[in-house]
This record gives sequence, C-alpha cells and structure tokens, in this order.
Amino acid sequence: MISCIRRAKTKLLIAFLFSLATTFGLSTPGAAQGGVGLKPEDPAIVSAGEALYKNNCVVCHSVGDDVVVGPGLKGINERRAQPWLISWIKNSQALIQSGDKDAVAVYNQFNKQAMPSFAFSDEEVVSILTYIKSAESVAAETAGPASGAETAPGQNVGTDAVGAVGGYLDIVLVVLIVVLIVLVVTLLLITSLLKNYLNKNKQLDEYDAEVVNQRFDFSKVYKSKAVRTLVVLIFVVVLLDLGLNKVMGIGIQEGYAPKQPIAFSHKLHAGEHQIDCNYCHTTVYKGKSASIPSANICMNCHSQIKAESPEIQKIYKAIERNKPIEWVRIHNLPDLAYFNHAQHTQVAGVECQTCHGPIQEMEVVYQYSPLTMGWCIDCHRETPLNTEGNAYYDNLVKLHEQSSKGAFTVASNGGTECSKCHY
Amino acid sequence: MQDRIKYWKGIEELENTPEFAKHAHNEFPEFLPINETNGAGESSGVTAPRRDFLKLLGFGLAAATLASCEAPVRKAIPYLNKPVDVEPGVANWYASTYYNDGDFNSILVKAREGRPIKIEPNPGSSLTPRGTSPKAQASVLSLYDNNRLRTPLIKGKEAQWDQVDKEIRAALAGANGKVALVSSTVISPSTKQLINEFGAGLGNFEHVTYDANSASALIGANGGTVPGYDFSKANIIVSINADFLGTWIAPIPFANQYIQNRKVSSDKRNMSRHYQFEAIMSLTGANADVRVPIKPSEELAVVTAIYNGLSGQGASAPANVDKKAIDAAIKDLRANNGRALVVSGSNDPAVQTLVTAINKTIGSEGATIDTAAPFYTKQGSDAQMLRLIEEMNNGSVAAVFFYNANPVYDHPLAERVVSGLKRVPLKVSFADRVEETASLADYVTPDHHYLESWNDYEPKRGFISLAQPVISPIFMTRQMQDSLLAWSGNKTTYYDYIRNNWRKAATGDFNAFWEKAVHDGVLQNGTSMLAVNTGAASTMTASEAAGRAAKAAGKGIEAVVYEKVAIGTGSEANNPWLQEMADPITKATWDNYITMPRRMAEEMGVVQGNVMKVSFGNGKSIELPVLVQPGQAQGTVGIAMGYGRQLDSMPTAKGRGANAFPIATVVDDAILYTGAVQLEKTNSTIEIAQMQTHHTIMDRLIVQENTLAKYQENPKEVTEYIRLATHEGPAKPAAISLWEDYEYKNHHWGMVIDLNSCIGCGACTISCQAENNIPVVGKQEVLNRREMHWMRIDRYYSSVEHEEKDYKTMEDPAENPSVIFQPMMCQHCNHAPCETVCPVAATMHSSEGVNQMVYNRCVGTRYCANNCPYKVRRFNWFAYANNDKFDFNMNNDLGKMVLNPDVTVRSRGVMEKCSFCVQRIQLGKLEAKRENRRPVDGEIVSACAQSCPTDAIIFGDMLDPNSRISQILVRENGERAFHVLEELNVQPNVTYLTKIRNLA
Repeated sequence: MISCIRRAKTKLLIAFLFSLATTFGLSTPGAAQGGVGLKPEDPAIVSAGEALYKNNCVVCHSVGDDVVVGPGLKGINERRAQPWLISWIKNSQALIQSGDKDAVAVYNQFNKQAMPSFAFSDEEVVSILTYIKSAESVAAETAGPASGAETAPGQNVGTDAVGAVGGYLDIVLVVLIVVLIVLVVTLLLITSLLKNYLNKNKQLDEYDAEVVNQRFDFSKVYKSKAVRTLVVLIFVVVLLDLGLNKVMGIGIQEGYAPKQPIAFSHKLHAGEHQIDCNYCHTTVYKGKSASIPSANICMNCHSQIKAESPEIQKIYKAIERNKPIEWVRIHNLPDLAYFNHAQHTQVAGVECQTCHGPIQEMEVVYQYSPLTMGWCIDCHRETPLNTEGNAYYDNLVKLHEQSSKGAFTVASNGGTECSKCHY
Repeated sequence: MQDRIKYWKGIEELENTPEFAKHAHNEFPEFLPINETNGAGESSGVTAPRRDFLKLLGFGLAAATLASCEAPVRKAIPYLNKPVDVEPGVANWYASTYYNDGDFNSILVKAREGRPIKIEPNPGSSLTPRGTSPKAQASVLSLYDNNRLRTPLIKGKEAQWDQVDKEIRAALAGANGKVALVSSTVISPSTKQLINEFGAGLGNFEHVTYDANSASALIGANGGTVPGYDFSKANIIVSINADFLGTWIAPIPFANQYIQNRKVSSDKRNMSRHYQFEAIMSLTGANADVRVPIKPSEELAVVTAIYNGLSGQGASAPANVDKKAIDAAIKDLRANNGRALVVSGSNDPAVQTLVTAINKTIGSEGATIDTAAPFYTKQGSDAQMLRLIEEMNNGSVAAVFFYNANPVYDHPLAERVVSGLKRVPLKVSFADRVEETASLADYVTPDHHYLESWNDYEPKRGFISLAQPVISPIFMTRQMQDSLLAWSGNKTTYYDYIRNNWRKAATGDFNAFWEKAVHDGVLQNGTSMLAVNTGAASTMTASEAAGRAAKAAGKGIEAVVYEKVAIGTGSEANNPWLQEMADPITKATWDNYITMPRRMAEEMGVVQGNVMKVSFGNGKSIELPVLVQPGQAQGTVGIAMGYGRQLDSMPTAKGRGANAFPIATVVDDAILYTGAVQLEKTNSTIEIAQMQTHHTIMDRLIVQENTLAKYQENPKEVTEYIRLATHEGPAKPAAISLWEDYEYKNHHWGMVIDLNSCIGCGACTISCQAENNIPVVGKQEVLNRREMHWMRIDRYYSSVEHEEKDYKTMEDPAENPSVIFQPMMCQHCNHAPCETVCPVAATMHSSEGVNQMVYNRCVGTRYCANNCPYKVRRFNWFAYANNDKFDFNMNNDLGKMVLNPDVTVRSRGVMEKCSFCVQRIQLGKLEAKRENRRPVDGEIVSACAQSCPTDAIIFGDMLDPNSRISQILVRENGERAFHVLEELNVQPNVTYLTKIRNLA
C-alpha cells in the first residue's frame, strides 16, 4: 500500500503551488511596506517569504529575540552568511556532520535538538530571509507600546474536575431515586398494614372508618385544572425540546460551544502564535472539508513544546492507545447541502473569519454564523465575485459588463441556483 | 405507399395484450394507498385505524422524549496519523485491473478517504482505452459484500491462519498421490510462475485450467491460444454464435475494436457489415446488420457451407437456413480478402477447425488477426478437467486446490465432481465465501478481493496490466498467492515476488520503472511474461471437419445454455446491482427463464410466465418460466447460466432461477453448451420482472434509423424531421414557442448519443447507479414498475410494415426482428414540461442548461413525472436505505461504504432523476477555477459517458465552440442529429444521432 502512487501527483503539486499562491493573497500586506532606511524589497518576494515562513517556520522560531523552540531570528541576516543559512535550512544535520563550527555550536546550544530539513529552493530560502528582514523593520517601527502583550496561558486548568463531578452526580441521582422509591413502597406497606389492623379491631366508629378506608378518587386528580395545565406544560416543553434538537441537528445552533475532549485554544495558536490556519487545517484550500488536524500534526510541535502539559498528554495517550481523538463537531450542515471550502477560500478568497468569526480570539470554539440557507443566500446575493486574475471568469465579466451595470455578484453568476449546493 | 418501420418493445406491445393496454392507459401503475408490504404479500386491504395511529403517535413522542434528554452530540474524528496521500474530501485515483471469466478491463479506481467507490476506464490502456463492462462497474460493490468470509475455515469452523498453514503444510508433506490446483483461466504471469514453483516443490502436481463457459475448441483449433482478433480492421464480420460484444473471450477489447469501423460521419461514410448466425438473440446479434436464426445443430452445416462456398465447391446451406444470407456472406467475404473476419462461439472442434480454415482462406491472418499477439483471456481445457474428475473418482488424487473455480456448481458433470471430491483427502478452496465447492472443502482459505490485491495480468501477448490494492484488507483474508508462498515455505510476500518477476521486463532503473508501471497501470512495450501451455492444440483437418457435417442433425428441442451480460457464469451472482440490471435483450431482471420463439410458445399453448419443466439427460429436470423471445431460432430455447444458487452465502442470488449448467453435454472430451430437452407445461406461473414496456412509446417517432446506402446517397435524408403546419407553411417546432428562451453565458451542458455506436451493453446504467447512489429495489418492486434506475436503455424491436398486397405481411414480425438500442435519461429540456407543473418549484432550470431536482423541496406530488414525455423521473416509494424490506447494500454498514459521499441518499417520498452528474460538473469547474483557467473539454464527463465502451455518449459544453460535442452537433446538423419528440418543442439538451444499418 505504501508505494501506491497517486495518479494526481502532478495535479496536487499544482494545487499545492496554488494554495501557496492564495496564501500570499490572504496574508496582510502590512508587512511588505519596507522599512525606513533599509533598501526596498520586492513585495512579491516578501509576501512569498511570509507565506513560507508562516507555514513552516513560525512554530519554532519568532522573528524577534525570544526563543520558542529554536533561536529568535532577529538579525539573522547579519549574524550569518546567506550560503550558510541556505545549507543549514535545507539540511542542518548534514552541515553539523560536515563539522561546521557555527553549526555544531548552535546544535549544542539548543540541547542537540535537530532542526528538520526543508525541501526549499535557494530562492525560497532567500524570500524567507527577506521577509524576516522586512518584519524586523516593521517591528522596529511599532516597537514602542508592544511590550506586555503576553497574556498568561493556562487559564483553562480545572475544567476537567467538573467533568469528574458530573460523573458522580449521575450516580448520586440514581441512588437518590432508588432510596425514594424504597421509601414510598415502605410507606405504602405500613399504611396498608395499619389499615388492616384497624379494620380487624372493628372498634372504629363510622367517622373513623371513613377516614381509615377513604378511597382515593383518581378522576378528581385527572380532572383538576392544575394537573391538566401541568400536562400541557410538559407537552409543550417536550415539543420545544424536540424542535430545538431537530434544529440543532441540521446545524442551526448559533453560539454552540461544546466542551471538547482536549482544551485546545485557537486564541493561543491562531491568535498569539499566529499559526496559519492552513498549517493544521490542511485541506482548507484543496477540498470540500477543511479537515480537523490529525494527531501527527500536533506532534510536529508538541513533541518539543509543553509535552508535559496534561492536555498535551491526552494526545500522547491517544497515540499510545491508537485511538483517534473524538472532537465534538460544532458545524453541522445537513446531508442535503453540499459545501466546499476550496471554492470559498481559494477561489473566492473569503477569509476564514467571515464565516467562523474571530476564531483567533476564541478560547473555546463556538459556531459564529447561523449556517442557515438564508444566511448562505444573503451572502451570495451581496458578495461580488472574486474574478481578478482568474481566466475562468474573464469572458463572464465582459458579458456582465455589457448587459448590466450592477455588481457582478455570486448570484448573478448563478450562485443562488439549487444545484449549486443541493445534489 | 412507403414501407413503414414499426417499433415495439415487447411481444405484449406487438399483440396489444389486455395487460399491456391497461398499463399503457395508466401511465403510472401505482395507486394510493400503496401497500406497506411493498406488494410482496396479498393486498390485505386493511388500513391502520386512527386509534392505532394515535397510539403510535403517543408512543413515538414518549420514545423521542426519552431519546432527546440530551442535545445530540456529533463527533468529528480525524485521522490519528494521516496518510500522506489521503486528503479528507479529495478523491484519489489508482490504476488497477479487473479480470473475471475473460472479462478484462484496465481500470482506474476512485477512492475517497481510503475506500474505493467507483471504477472508471484507464485511458492509458491501448487494449481497453474506453469504457468498462457492467461487471467491472459493479465489482466495487462485491468488495463490500457482507457475506464474504471473515476468517479461514477448517471443516466449516472459523480458524486462525497459522493453524490452517500448519495443517495444510503437514497434509501436503504426507500427500500420497497427485496434487492438483484447479483454476479458471489464469492470465497473471507471476501467479502462473508461482503455481509452477509451488507444484515443482511437490513433485506430482498438475495445474488444471477450465472455464465455466469454455472456449477449448477454439483454442485447440488455433494452436493453443485464442487468435488475436482485430474487429476494427474488418469490413466484413461473420459471427456464428459468438457473442463477442457481450460475453465471448474479451468483450470490452472487442467492443472497443468493433465500434471503430461502425461509426459514420461526414469524414467517413462507410462502415463494416456484420452477419450473425445464432440461435438465441444475443447482444451481438442485436447489433448485426444481417441476423440469421439457426439451430446449434446447424452451426457445422452453415460453417461448412461458407467454407465450401469460399473454396469454390458450391455452397449447400441447410434446409431451414436463409440461403440468401449465406450467399451474400460468401460473396462479401470473397470481395474483402484480408479485410474480413469470421468468428464462432461454438465449442465443437469441427466448427472451430473450419472457421480457422475459412480465416486462412480469406486472408485474415496478419490482417484482421494479429498472429503475433493472441488473446490469453480463455485458456481452459475441457479434456484436462474431465481427466482430473476421473482421476479423483479413481482415488489417485491426494490433494486438490480450487482457485476461482467452482466445478460443483458450474461443471456439467457436477455429480462426478462431488463423488470424486469424497475420495480426495485434502480439499482446499480459495473462495471468498462458502460457495458450492467450498462447502465440500476441508479448508477454505479466502482470497482477497481484487481491489485488496497486488497482481499482474497479460490478457493479450505483449500487453501487461497491473493491479494494486486500493484498500487494506477488510477481513482476515489472505491473497491466494501469499497462501501458496506460505505453504511452499517461501518467506517473500507476493508483492516482492511480482517485483522480482518484473525485473526481467525492466529497462533502466528498476524502481523508477516499477513506479511508472504502477502509476500507469499498464506496460505496453511488447514484453510478454505469461507462459501459456499450448499443448491443447487439436490435429483435426478442415476436410475431416467438413466431413462431419452430415452426422450432426438436431432432433427435438435444442436448448442453448448461454451467458448473460450481467451475471455471466455466476461468479458474482450475489451482486445486487448485477441482479437488478436489465438484460440488454430481454430487459428481465433477477431471474433466468426459458427464451422461446413465439411460434413454439403458441404451439405449446404457453404464454410468458408459465412455468415449464425442462427435462434433459439422466432424467434430470429444472423448472423455469417461459419468456417469449423474438428472433429466437425455431426449435430452440435459451437458458442462462449462473442462476439457481441455493446457498446462504449468496442471499441476493439465493433461489433465483435454476441452474442450467447440467444441460450442457460432454461429447468427445469437449463440453457443448447445448443439449436436447423435453418441455412440459406445469400449472404454476412465475412472473418475470422485465423493465421493457414500463414506459410506452404509444407509436410515436422515438428512434430513427436508415440504411447505409441511403446515407451514402444523400446524408441529408436519413433523418425524419417533424414540421408543424402554420399559416406560413411548415415550420420547425422550435420556431413556434410560448416560452422565452434561456440565455446561457457560462456553460451549456449537453449530450450527444450516437445510436449507431450504442451496442446496448448496459455499462452506463450500472455506472450511473454507482455514481449516484441509486438504490436496488428488488424483484417485486420491478414487477410493480417502480425501478429506480436513472437511465435505462430502451430496446426496440422493429419490423417493416409492408403494403397489404405484399406477401410478407403474412410473416410473423416477431420471427426475426431488427433491434435498436436507445439510452434514455432526463433530456434536460430547455422548455421542460416538468418545471412548469411543480407546485413547489422543486425542479427548475439552471443557468447552465441543467434541469435541477431539489429533493428537500419536493413534496411528492409526482406532477412532474406525469408531465414528462420521456418517462425518466423516478419516485421514491420507500426509504430504500436502512430498511429491512430492501435488504441490499444500503441496509448494512459495509455495503454503505460504496456510497458516493458527494451525492445525497434520497429519502422516501421525493422524486429523482438524472442530474447530468452535476456533482462532477461542479467539481470540474472548481478544479478549473482553482487553476485560474476554463475547464478543458473532456475534463467534465458524466458517469455514463465515461464508462461507455463504444464512445456512444458524448458529454460536454455546447457553448465551447471547440468542444467535441459542439463540433459533432455542427457536423451532424441536418444529417443524423435529432431530438426525440421534437414536435413537443421541449428542446432537449440531449441530441441523438440516427442509426445506420449496412444491410446486405
């Protein structure tokens, strides 16, 4: 199986290049402004470098002074010669084995932790270095108030304990119910015993006998207003509950933020560390699903970082037991609706946040958008098509301009037709 | 008055029987309320009382309340360790190979998240570049068959592999006598070498090859192999009982070749002429220009007549056979020396010897027969198997292995096989389930499905195709080759074994060569690796064979045991898609039956569905219903093989029809698939579930055909165009319209179907079923006329209605009708009648010309189906998924793995129909957009078009002037292009091309 060869090999390569290309488009152009006093760089190279950097380097290196896993890269262009950097990035182990003094020194300085090899071309490495240089200059401009931005991580400790208590609560409830039932049965037994005893004595007068042998009239309860209201109320509540569940079943659950098996924080990863979405959600530019990262993607970093944290230990356990992590699904489209991420992210250039909200600020992910058909259609009606530079649309844009003065929206290209999403 | 061609779909329509008239008037057979028992029992008439309904409602509410105590939590479970190649939601394609009973296809397998879901042709293969067979399409479902063995068995009990290995190795070491491995044809070079090595280690070993439907006479008469036929080079094709388009030798390569010289256009106004002499109406016979019904016993006489006629001795045709046709065939063969081909499907050595001699006479060798590249897809030797059966019975066989062979079921001497097996101490079967032979075996060591295996195939000398696994084994099975390696003490895996074997074919760096071969799936550099045993050559001479002609004369009713296109010899009988596929000719599903000419049925006083007892040799008999078959030779009946399974391991096939193999007779060490039978009427009837007259034509102009002579004379006159009368004279229907036309800016999807190319094989219907999650509904629902297939192939019989004074009016039109096939699916009308009548706008037109069907809007009024002139809409009468009443693949978790995740599984109560594979259109457009370009022509094709072995269906963007479809439409406009029911002015996006017949 391992040596099975995908037919679409070349296609995927192209797709990969395109996904890189769109990443450039998505990344903020602010970094490419070029610092004062530094020689201006080609913005294309800088943004290409930025994309590569964010996809590959950012998890271990910062552009500042601080050490993440590997050293901070501030001033790296001055510290080392470019050819040295190129051979180091491409294959650090080879450089170390060749006995290069600097290489061995860095290797030892960081506890003999090897930097993985990257299959970049020379130009790609240069573009990354160019980006780092430009990022330094931007950082220098905005350096003033930036200090103290670090927030303390680890606010999440202790939520696990609630789960454990929840488990006990169930048991306590069951025990309580059993005790209550036993109580009721005992009481009933006692009354019937007493009744029998009193009746046998035959010393009761008429009034007492009536009290002892009174019959309980069920029909009265049945007919009482209170009971009827209660039944109707319960019925309504049940119906509401049912309806709510049905609605949630097809994804209408705005704000739904279930507790996940691992307290993963998008705020930390996407927000503070600015890891590109594509780094973990690997198919977001390629396929219909954005894909939830597999454990091996977590391990790219967490084999080094915070490996002792109890949350990270859960991933280790999953790997040891060979059981995948069962996340709670938040976004549920009904089966009859077809949605494709690639169409929206890569082709249309829609930002992840447009539908998923301020994901970079979410400690726990919640459903930001209603995900109803009306919501989809509204956006398709209002959003102009992203036709720029896409030869697919060239002729359509021309035809649209001839016939209409309005914006060339998704809907005017047939984007509200049934079979675009339902088949 | 001009002769008019009358079209009819079945005898009932020709005769206008009361049953047919009733159906024709009630277009929709379904009456409300529909029976919940789905018609299986008698209609009870009892309706659920209201109180029961309320009770159920109350209970349902309570149950739902209990179930909904907590909000539904849905899980999203990613890979633990994602394989590099697999991206969730993105399909992977792997090159592989399907081979079963001669049916060879180089294929591509589409896999989603690691599970194969669709088979497509491998365009890189020079042998089968276009299309697949229906069996290949359906084979992916066999992978998910819930009845496959999950572990090896020892004496019927589940066991572990190491235990099995230990016991079999010990038994082999102590074997006293011959060890035999019985298999159907093996065309894998590595497997064959491995079997030989396995045998060499044992000493007294024989590899016995036999085919359930054998071609051993053909092989014997041609020096031990099947000649390298090339139908594409033949101008004249004469076939005697060879169903080469449907089932014979290698049908898909042959169909690919055949059609090349059958297509006509303004560039090529000529085509081959095809004579067919046959007893049953076969798929090939239905496509012939001249078809002559003959009895099987007349085969030799016909071949002798042709042989003698060619060698100038004067043809003497048998009395009952149309002499004119034989003379015409001889004349044509003579005139086309080196450009003609004669083939025969007979297993009579004399017939095959003469056919070989005829091909020599007409200069076929080196021209229409590639002598350097014979076919290997059938290698079985009847004599060898018969000898082994005798040896088993006399106790000289110590061990026998069965690989892709099931003689207890499919050998005419099955009883001798059973008695022989009792005397063999060690019996091992590699079957994937406990089938007839495996149930008698000591050990069943289940083989992988081919989609789980590595293998190589050489169907034709110098053409090698590879198979690679596309899914890890689902069950604890082991590939047969790995089992042999284990038992012979060889530690290598079969994968390494193949690689080592391929080193001899490699050029340059082996790893690069191997990777390329695996990627391409085929190796076409002329390397041959298969060692074929050519010892079976016969020594009969042509004059000897011709001399036999006098001896063979038929007495009584002759029965022909034939292969159906879908079920074949029955090895994949448990596949529900194949069981429900309409037979190309009879349009029957789910059963076999006695095909009988109408005159014989009248003489015997039986009608369709009457059960008859068929008695043959040794007083054995089977009971089957009668199906009146136009074109069946007088004095013959046809019965399909592959049915009559009685085992629990084949629940889908269990109890369907009867086993016809015992009718075949053994004569002089050869199996003849014919035999004399007595027919006896019984009192019972079995309804045959046919799809043929479910959608009637009411005598409208639906299909069009003309002759090649007319076409060459004036191609503008071969098609009839209906004009409407207006006050300004006749006008095109499209010129008079109530509606405004749509404006298409982006794409305008359309389809062209060439009736001249369609051979009616039905691969498209199964391909459509696989692509679009179409449910299997079972025999009863087909009888209720509620099949769900989105596309059907309408088969029309036609006969010429002559003027009354013509004596031919006295003849029976059903005696030998012409046949025409017409694939029919949603026509995606631009002025669609269905769209205007839907009260909830659940079906509407898209800006790309597609008629969209929105399931979640549909409320099931069925107005659209009522208003559709093509009868292509299907209503979901039941929930077919997760329903025990429809216990097919959609009712178990394993079977559901075949579903296409991009297509909705429809619920009960909604209408559905062909979508032009809109999921493929959307995906193709997305791919193009992602690469900043327009879609390339041929990139977006519907499933039916992709799987068509004859390129009869062309799908594309009619707005792109350079697309193939646009060019064909320009070229054929006014010549052969027509719309069905043009007079209704519904303006379909599907265009048909008139069929051209090259009549003699």
